[in-house]
Amino acid sequence: MARIAGVDLPKDKRVLIGLTYIFGIGVSRSKKILEDASVGENIRVKDLSNDDIAKIRAVITKNYQVEGTLRTDVTMNIKRLMDIGCYRGLRHRRGLPVHGQRTHTNARTRRGRRSGVGGKKK
Amino acid sequence: MPRSVKKGPYVDETLLKRIQGLNDSNQKRVLKTWARRSTITPEFVGHTLAIHNGNKFIPVFISENMVGHKLGEFSPTRTFRGHGGKAAEKSGRPR
Repeated sequence: MARIAGVDLPKDKRVLIGLTYIFGIGVSRSKKILEDASVGENIRVKDLSNDDIAKIRAVITKNYQVEGTLRTDVTMNIKRLMDIGCYRGLRHRRGLPVHGQRTHTNARTRRGRRSGVGGKKK
Repeated sequence: MPRSVKKGPYVDETLLKRIQGLNDSNQKRVLKTWARRSTITPEFVGHTLAIHNGNKFIPVFISENMVGHKLGEFSPTRTFRGHGGKAAEKSGRPR
């Protein structure tokens, strides 16, 4: 079982895809990492040798912020915005979209489920 | 698209002059300003600026964290009360 950065990788997928299960790593970063570690993209995660895993792990810890540290970083950034009382911070506080989207309709992802009047009949 | 690095940050010249005047003479005074588009530079830290929001001046104390933001970000121009629904009316008051 390949455990990298505290995440179990799905063992039947290709490494290229498997690495994207780590928070902070998408496909392009995954590609970059495998290149730097000189591990083939098409190997299945279960077929990785311990050596390969060690190499991948080394590349990730050296170059990227992933999982826990990345998550705290993001929340710290949001907290900073909220603390200084700027417009973006206010939007975060109110749970409204931050990048100037309309709120007359839509914006449901930020605002949560509808809580309107009435609702659907039957 | 961000502003070209070559030009450096935009800071309202009159405002910068006034702030530097205060820094030189070591005074602290509330400065009224309309220069919402001006970037906050390290010189501003520790001063209180009254930033116009189109209606009145909102006093803002500039802290170190605010450097790099624009003045207008700290002086909201709209009061949003939410759209529709009873829930929206209740939760919609600005903090």
